[in-house]
Amino acid sequence: MADVKFTYRDAVAEGIAREMRRDPSVVCLGEDIGAAEGVFKTTVGLFKEFGPGRVWDTPISEQAIVGAAMGAAMTGMRPVAEIMFSDFLACCWDYLANEIPKARYMTGGQVTVPLVVRTANGGGLGFGAQHSQAVENWALAVPGLKIVAPSNPADVVGLMAAAIRSDDPVVFFEHKALLAGSGPRPPDDHVVELGQAAVAREGTDVTVVALASTVPLSLKAAEQLAGEGISVEVIDLRCLIPLDMRTVLRSLERTSRLVVVEENPYQGGWGGTVVSVVADEGFELLDAPIKRVAGANVPLPFADSLEAEVIPTVDKVTEAIRRLTAY
Amino acid sequence: MTPDELLDAYAEMVLIRRTEKAAHDLFMSGLVKGTTHLAAGHEAVAVGASAALHPDDYVFATYRGHHHALARGATPEECLAELMSRSTGLCQAKGGSMHLTKASKGMLGSYAIVGAHLPMAAGAAWSAKLRGSGQVAVAFFGDGATNIGAFHEALNLAAVWSLPVLFVCENNLYMEYTPIEAVTAVPNPAADRAAGYNMPAEIIDGNDVVVVWETVARAAERARKGDGPTLIEAQTYRHFGHSRADPAKYRPADEVERWMKHDPLDVARARLEALGVSPDTIAERDRRAAATVDAAIAAAKNAPEPEPAMAFTDVWADGGAAWRT
Ligand SMILES: Cc1ncc(C[n+]2csc(CCOP(=O)(O)OP(=O)(O)O)c2C)c(N)n1
Repeated sequence: MADVKFTYRDAVAEGIAREMRRDPSVVCLGEDIGAAEGVFKTTVGLFKEFGPGRVWDTPISEQAIVGAAMGAAMTGMRPVAEIMFSDFLACCWDYLANEIPKARYMTGGQVTVPLVVRTANGGGLGFGAQHSQAVENWALAVPGLKIVAPSNPADVVGLMAAAIRSDDPVVFFEHKALLAGSGPRPPDDHVVELGQAAVAREGTDVTVVALASTVPLSLKAAEQLAGEGISVEVIDLRCLIPLDMRTVLRSLERTSRLVVVEENPYQGGWGGTVVSVVADEGFELLDAPIKRVAGANVPLPFADSLEAEVIPTVDKVTEAIRRLTAY
Repeated sequence: MTPDELLDAYAEMVLIRRTEKAAHDLFMSGLVKGTTHLAAGHEAVAVGASAALHPDDYVFATYRGHHHALARGATPEECLAELMSRSTGLCQAKGGSMHLTKASKGMLGSYAIVGAHLPMAAGAAWSAKLRGSGQVAVAFFGDGATNIGAFHEALNLAAVWSLPVLFVCENNLYMEYTPIEAVTAVPNPAADRAAGYNMPAEIIDGNDVVVVWETVARAAERARKGDGPTLIEAQTYRHFGHSRADPAKYRPADEVERWMKHDPLDVARARLEALGVSPDTIAERDRRAAATVDAAIAAAKNAPEPEPAMAFTDVWADGGAAWRT
């Protein structure tokens, strides 16, 4: 089957299935995830293989989905809850902001909440302002959540394994614009430890730090710039919490220039955290100011041409890198 | 309930009343900071329900949860120590009055966001069903919670999935300062909603520990048989205001008087006397409860404050708080 395309969306279902086979306490719940196999087809095959006892269709009740996942996680299960579009996390935000991340801390360690909340994140498909947001920065504002956002199918499988096995709550952002992309199928028992960034491309002139959708974007920019004699290193963070700043700082030792590319809005975006750590601990490594390429501080517009205006594009990234190398 | 069981339930209610009085007094003397939401008046709900549950059943409560934590087996000493920010506190002084939790006894927490724990209780019941463990989950909540979305989402999910969960409303007639009837479209805020979820509901005297015990036992039995959730609206009254800041001036004097005469401790004592239990036997249990709480106050007062390093433990399951690798 090596010649069959293994897509990012296949990888989501495959990653969950591998863990469900391994551990009977893993169960799934969400809207349309069962017989319908998910609106993004990210749960294909699960209902057929594991049946209604392990794959549960829910009503449109985001609070009940995540709240029930929490109760189940506290009592011996490892639920994987789907929130269809990440925008809808706002409907159950109490659970992600007030309940799940605090239960362990405020009970003095009595309670553990090992669950995964998966959700389709980000723009690029023309769904309009209420179905297109990149909201990983919402989760970043809350101590107590682990945050995963993979950029390729192998990482989806490996990070899904780590997320489901984690004894801590994990929010798992699947990027909508990456779902159709494909890549190699990872070997059995492929696990990518949480909090390990990957060097997606090596380079010596500029470090680009990217996440999920902005990784392929940055790789494309790096490819273009290679033709101009600029050598770009691209780091795929893979996780926001735990955050692998070691890999970023080590890269800056070589390149001395930093561009951060994030899809969420500039205001309150995760790039601000990356940049502040570099300013705090790596200021001497820099030979130029830092650039952030981020979403604009507007709701996402519908038209492709307008959307391209406000979210990171290859052109915006190449432009930022050129300016930095010329500094 | 046998006379002995009722005597134990009575003694438990006295212990809770005494512990709450201690919480009040310690607050007044500056030893408890923040706020407390006393449940004096609600004891029969917690004690009656606990007596009807198995030791491994799950309980979820609100910020007004001292009585549930104690009824479930938390000791007065660890509760008072928690309120006084001592390291020996139930949650190592990281929870406080609104978050009393004793997971080892199935008391899975007190939640300060109104209604948030109802879906969690449904989830714990779902887990019990998945594991075939025969356990039941119970969510205790106030009348005010019945107007929040999570209440309705939890009831529907519990009903369609036929989960072994009991939703127990402590209807004390007020949310914070507003009478529940002024802001609710139906007269019985919990029970009248049950039909919308095809769920059986009962309205009961929440100040009679025997009635609570019988009702919860029946509903738990139903749940264990796989017949799904039940909604119980227990009518009760809080003796104090909503929280420490509230003198409860908004309540009509005759209403207060009527309910104070229907104190759950008096109701239980009358039942005991009718069963032939002697006043001396009852007084002996009163004395024991008083002694336990006095000792708890002294021990909690003498316990040390938590080490500052405790602020950085238990964010994660590895015991730590590291956000970077
Ligand atoms: C979501 C939310 N909204 C508002 C509050 C503030 N608040 C705390 S207690 C309370 C009243 C709740 O009344 P009820 O549910 O009847 O419970 P009781 O206090 O009577 O036990 C309110 C409004 C809150 N904690 N959470």
